[in-house]
Amino acid sequence: MAVYCNISEDAQQKYEHFTKEKPDPEMSIEYKVGHKDFVNSGKASSEIKLMLKRLGVNPEILRKVAVASYEAEINVTAHSLGGDIICDIYLDCVHIKFIDNGPGIKNLEKALEPGWSTADDLVREMGFGAGLGLPNIKKNADVMHIESAENQSTILQIIIFY
Amino acid sequence: MKLREIVELLDGVLLTDAEHLDREITCAFGSDLISDILMCTKEATLLLTGLTNPQVIRLSDMIDLLGIIFVRGKKPADDLIEMANARDLPLITTKFTLYKSAGILYNSGLRSCKI
Repeated sequence: MAVYCNISEDAQQKYEHFTKEKPDPEMSIEYKVGHKDFVNSGKASSEIKLMLKRLGVNPEILRKVAVASYEAEINVTAHSLGGDIICDIYLDCVHIKFIDNGPGIKNLEKALEPGWSTADDLVREMGFGAGLGLPNIKKNADVMHIESAENQSTILQIIIFY
Repeated sequence: MKLREIVELLDGVLLTDAEHLDREITCAFGSDLISDILMCTKEATLLLTGLTNPQVIRLSDMIDLLGIIFVRGKKPADDLIEMANARDLPLITTKFTLYKSAGILYNSGLRSCKI
């Protein structure tokens, strides 16, 4: 099992506090993501953004959440057999988990390199597969944690503080 | 610059509600790569693209798009036009290429969006 974790410098203290306190989420929502369902993919991220907007989260944070979550949702659609999204909303952050049904990432180190992609022609024709998904998630999320192995589920988690 | 002027400059056709022609457009960005569009747009912008799948409209849920110009004569399916109208998002199609469309708009004073 390969694991990668990135915590932005600004979020170190907040993340430590979060893991120590282990608060209960104010709200928790689950979504399904279908394999290659490019018609509906993105709906969950768009709903998460709307929900946070209603809670008064500022536009710059909303953009970061939407971009990171959307890239991750598209990854589940494009590269996996489908999966689930669990979004936990806390008073000071949002924690989104993407759990797919495999087949896992063969080489996680490579997958994190900008420009490296395993996307098929269908995915590329739709404007994806530039190899910028994971780098874009890393750039926008305060915490990004990913674990995967060949023939297993990939679990990607992101946390963004408000 | 008003969207009406952009439609004229690109010899384009507005596909969504007519009232969109009065929309004020402040800047633009052009790309056929969705990750690029997500990464590069730090402010509300007009998008020039050759992509016509539902995810292009979905993009406007994530980032602020002032409108979308489909280049190279591409025209999205009717359900995408419906999706755009529901989001109050103007759609325009032009026969010009991405390069030519961008050149015309840039020379007419429409600046590049902040990246």
